[in-house]
Amino acid sequence: MYHLSIVLVVAGVTTALRLLPVMLFGRRGRSIPPGLMYLSRVLPSAIIGLLVVYSLKAINLTASPYGLPEFAGVLTAALLHKWKRNTLLSVFCATACYMVLIRVL
Amino acid sequence: MDGGDGVRLKALKAAFPRTLPVMAGYLFLAIGFGVLLRKAGLGAAWALMMSAGIYAGAMQYVTIDLVISGATPWESALMTLMVNARHLFYGISMSEKYRNTGLMKPYLAFALTDETYALLAADEAPEGVDSRWFYFFVSVLNQLYWIIGSLLGSFLGQMLPFDLRGIDFAMPALFVVIFVEHWQKKAARLPALAGLGTALVCLLIFGPDGFTVPAMLLICGVLMLLRGRLEAGG
Repeated sequence: MYHLSIVLVVAGVTTALRLLPVMLFGRRGRSIPPGLMYLSRVLPSAIIGLLVVYSLKAINLTASPYGLPEFAGVLTAALLHKWKRNTLLSVFCATACYMVLIRVL
Repeated sequence: MDGGDGVRLKALKAAFPRTLPVMAGYLFLAIGFGVLLRKAGLGAAWALMMSAGIYAGAMQYVTIDLVISGATPWESALMTLMVNARHLFYGISMSEKYRNTGLMKPYLAFALTDETYALLAADEAPEGVDSRWFYFFVSVLNQLYWIIGSLLGSFLGQMLPFDLRGIDFAMPALFVVIFVEHWQKKAARLPALAGLGTALVCLLIFGPDGFTVPAMLLICGVLMLLRGRLEAGG
């Protein structure tokens, strides 16, 4: 019973956070305030920057291998993508590079 | 819903390849979750319930800790607010796109994880593909990967036949790729850079466990300061 109550609370709060803005501002005929409209246009680009940092936050720069696999992986993804612009190829090569490096370094 | 099988099949075919990087990352992260949950004494039914009903990677890991440490519902609610507050901003920025999605809307909003948001905010449905079904299939496929992974983890425990350590790097790699996509669009370059820089500063100040909420608020502030410039530049 205890476990269930915690799971339900976590599920409820998470769902509310996700549904609230869409249900509030995404209704037909409901106009979004201009400031929010502007934010919703530029936020996706900014949030991607945040997600890059967020997904790499556990990186450890003070102990061997000093984040080298992460840096190499990020560089592989960025350069390969600038060159070929093929999402799957970039993600695949970057992940493979990282998986090899964490085993050999 | 309207649209025949052809419309749906076309949308599914367009959606599936886009979700492949997420499949790699989600399977690995979800298997890890299933394994940990099993260790905490909660089996496959719990894995299914949590991955279907919470569907938030980091938060599901945290929930295991909450349950083990005997946190109260109130503490759990606060923790969820802190960890998942960033989803408010996903909703705000997708509300325009999801405006005309009808009955799908509650599910599309519920399924806005970091990865689903990143895929759908960056991309429009390809030419000639029904955008509502495209959003729907990207969302559903991603959640299926997540559910399947957590069940696998729960059933297999640590007896997985191969060493998948590190495959979760598909997630940061995907974000970097999407970042490059934004970088190459002139109008998106400055906001992308502002987000990256602000997040880095907040990570240094607040540390890895508490930086997302201050970073989100600060990013909104920085974007409002840049508004004149960004709106003038188009």
